[in-house]
Amino acid sequence: MSIVKTTVDRRSFLKVSALSTGGIVLGFNWACTPQEAVRAIPSEWFDVNAFLKIAANGMVTIMSPNPEIGQNVKTSMPMIIAEELDVKWEDVIVEQAPLDTDAFKRQVAGGSQSIRQGWSSLRMAGATAKQMLINAAAKQWGVDPSGLTASEGVISGNGKKITYGEIAAEAANVPVPEEVKLKDPKDFKIIGTERRNVDLNKIVTGQPLFGLDHKVDGMLYSVVLRPPAFGAKLKSFDDSDTRQVNGVQDVVQFGDKIAVLATSTWAAIKGQRALKPEWDLSGQLESTSYHDETMRNLLDTPSEEPKRNDGNVKRAFAEADKVIERTYEAPFLPHNTMEPMNFFANVTAEKVELVGPIQTPEWTRSRVAKLLEREESEVSIDMTRMGGGFGRRLYGDFALEAAEISSMINSPVKVVFTREDDMTAGTYRPGSKYKFRASIKDGQMTGYHLVGAGVNMRNATRENNFPAASLDNYLIESHNLQSNITTGAWRAPITNFLAFAEQSFIDEVAIELGQDQVQFRLDLFERALSNPVGEVGYDVEKFMGVVKLAAEKSNWTEKKDGVYKGFSAYYSHNTYVAEVAEVVMSGGTPKVQKMITAIDCGIVVNPMGAINQVQGGVIDGIGHAMYGELTFEAGVPQSKNFDQYRLIRTSEVPDVEVHFVESNNDPTGLGEPSLPPAGGAIANAIHAATGQRFYQQPFIKEKVVFG
Amino acid sequence: MAIFNLKVNGENHQVDVDPDTPILWVLRDNLDLVGTKFGCGIAQCGACTIHLDGTAARSCSVPISQVGEASVTTIEGLSEKGDHPLQEAWREHDVPQCGYCQAGQIMNAASLLSKNPSPSDQEIESAMYGNLCRCTSYLKIKAAIRTAADQA
Repeated sequence: MSIVKTTVDRRSFLKVSALSTGGIVLGFNWACTPQEAVRAIPSEWFDVNAFLKIAANGMVTIMSPNPEIGQNVKTSMPMIIAEELDVKWEDVIVEQAPLDTDAFKRQVAGGSQSIRQGWSSLRMAGATAKQMLINAAAKQWGVDPSGLTASEGVISGNGKKITYGEIAAEAANVPVPEEVKLKDPKDFKIIGTERRNVDLNKIVTGQPLFGLDHKVDGMLYSVVLRPPAFGAKLKSFDDSDTRQVNGVQDVVQFGDKIAVLATSTWAAIKGQRALKPEWDLSGQLESTSYHDETMRNLLDTPSEEPKRNDGNVKRAFAEADKVIERTYEAPFLPHNTMEPMNFFANVTAEKVELVGPIQTPEWTRSRVAKLLEREESEVSIDMTRMGGGFGRRLYGDFALEAAEISSMINSPVKVVFTREDDMTAGTYRPGSKYKFRASIKDGQMTGYHLVGAGVNMRNATRENNFPAASLDNYLIESHNLQSNITTGAWRAPITNFLAFAEQSFIDEVAIELGQDQVQFRLDLFERALSNPVGEVGYDVEKFMGVVKLAAEKSNWTEKKDGVYKGFSAYYSHNTYVAEVAEVVMSGGTPKVQKMITAIDCGIVVNPMGAINQVQGGVIDGIGHAMYGELTFEAGVPQSKNFDQYRLIRTSEVPDVEVHFVESNNDPTGLGEPSLPPAGGAIANAIHAATGQRFYQQPFIKEKVVFG
Repeated sequence: MAIFNLKVNGENHQVDVDPDTPILWVLRDNLDLVGTKFGCGIAQCGACTIHLDGTAARSCSVPISQVGEASVTTIEGLSEKGDHPLQEAWREHDVPQCGYCQAGQIMNAASLLSKNPSPSDQEIESAMYGNLCRCTSYLKIKAAIRTAADQA
């Protein structure tokens, strides 16, 4: 047990006994399965703090602060509060909190940081509420609170018992304690247990949950025509055919875009297709060939300010017996969330009401306020469950569009992207290239040189990550190619490709030196541990731990007939992951049949959801390494829908075995870190099977391997 | 515009829409049945899967004028109490990540099991090939279908 100072401010503790939420008793489907008893939702709740309220019957509503994009924080964050509050999970109802920056910290879905950065404040919210309940009971009984204990919603001591529900009204009015006790992890009853997704029942029965499902009376649907090429501008347009479409109410121009407003989604789509725009194409219209050529030149250009420069790389290469040099190339990728971008806005003289799927509600609120020249306090944002994010919903462009259109037409509006709009007006994972060089002298790697170049990448590298600190001579450089194509974060930004390139190169160097790939890595780690060179941007022992665990679980050194293995390991989002791919040859073509993964993410809050995240990240990584690519011709994205863009499908998916390192350390990220190592693991295994290396993604274009 | 009579989840409805309106948008915008999802609009992702007379169809690509007398079933009407063996198996396995594609996955799988109650793993993969899951929850989808099939 540890005692912590509470840092939750007064605003977070409303300390008002909130009365009826309408007095309507709704049927609540208790524990997902319809066979189980349906309990009534109480009409009266007592707000203990901004995170939770308690009803007289002992039910607890926990507000989940962060946006839910499929990373399952709507289940795991409330689990942390419920643990410290010490209630039965079966007595908990979870609600999505709206944007409320006074009450909640960092309401963001990004960087795999929700659990890691929420950990302390969520525990404190639960523990503080628990102490307030105990203090209220102590006051009622006229005893010292230190003699009382609480467990599973019941306070005991002094030969008496009282439930949280019975004391909740009083607890809402006791002072907020200045210090609270947190549980020792060994006493956890909810954290570390398997808990199902709190929205599971709604998902499998098709109830409204997502932004696209949000609807209000009088709302118009808007489908927007945006410039077809990055760099194009709107000259003029003819909307006469659009206005003939049944249901089309209005057509408005904003900037270089045209919004069609209609009484149904289909009418808006038809109206958009019937527009006749004229585009000004005299601006800079970039093609993939231009990006490729420019970045290849950058890779051969010494940078004036290296990201890191240890020792004397120039001399190491001059004195080398041999130099290995390899270049790896990544295409642009769209995010392709299954739920296309959409947002609801209702802008009136009094307020700006926004509802929809957004990873960054706080940033979006400030941008909308600025755009509409309104006070932030006039702007509200309700976050819906998101049909995927992967980084695309960090950028609130769609919410800003909805707000602008609503303000122009004075009507509630929902902007809906078609799949074509979604794929062609993206904030893409930008293309990048990496040149790795290793100097070999007397059978040892003596120098390491990496040059990265990426589109709109301020830093294409992770200079303090592995193998930093394990080599005397180590040089990292990065170049940026500025582009007018909108780019942004895509699940595990930078590292989603850098890890593949690095781990492929390490594999190649190990083989060149005649060393086992796992032992080669462990030897580098030993150096970083015993005699590090410069800054070490990773915990060497944790990293070694997952490498050893993956090797052990995959029987790495054991040869199996017809099974080819590939190793890869990467550290990102504060989490260590090692992966072994097993490939078999099937009809002359390599097939990934199994992935064995080892992960150190500290305490695993919800093993059931955690396995989903790891499996999802690994398969996502394999899918995009194998198939993903978006190219541009004169600024125009060349794939517009799933008939022109290949995503991994069910029969292409290997088994994924998940092994977590047992840990009592505070939890770290999990939505992203399993993705980066996946591409390298399968590339190295396919090399073991076929002798063929991959230097470009997507792998499927390698005809020698895939025919 | 034209008047169409529809039977959806056992109930009769009348809607006044353009004949080329995909049944997807009639369900979502006119009948407030939003469980059927929009994904691609060209029958490539399966998020919009419904049943027409018990057979899986991509509702984004079926204009209402072609529905005729066919009986329409959506995820909301797959079972009366939300307890179809596939819905139960989805709960057991905690399948969804973001959850957006899952109604379409379940509807497609329900059509498979109604025609082939004990499919092989390969038959499951083949039948489910047209349903994308961007979170790649495929392993759990397959496991849940296996569970539902084995319990039937």
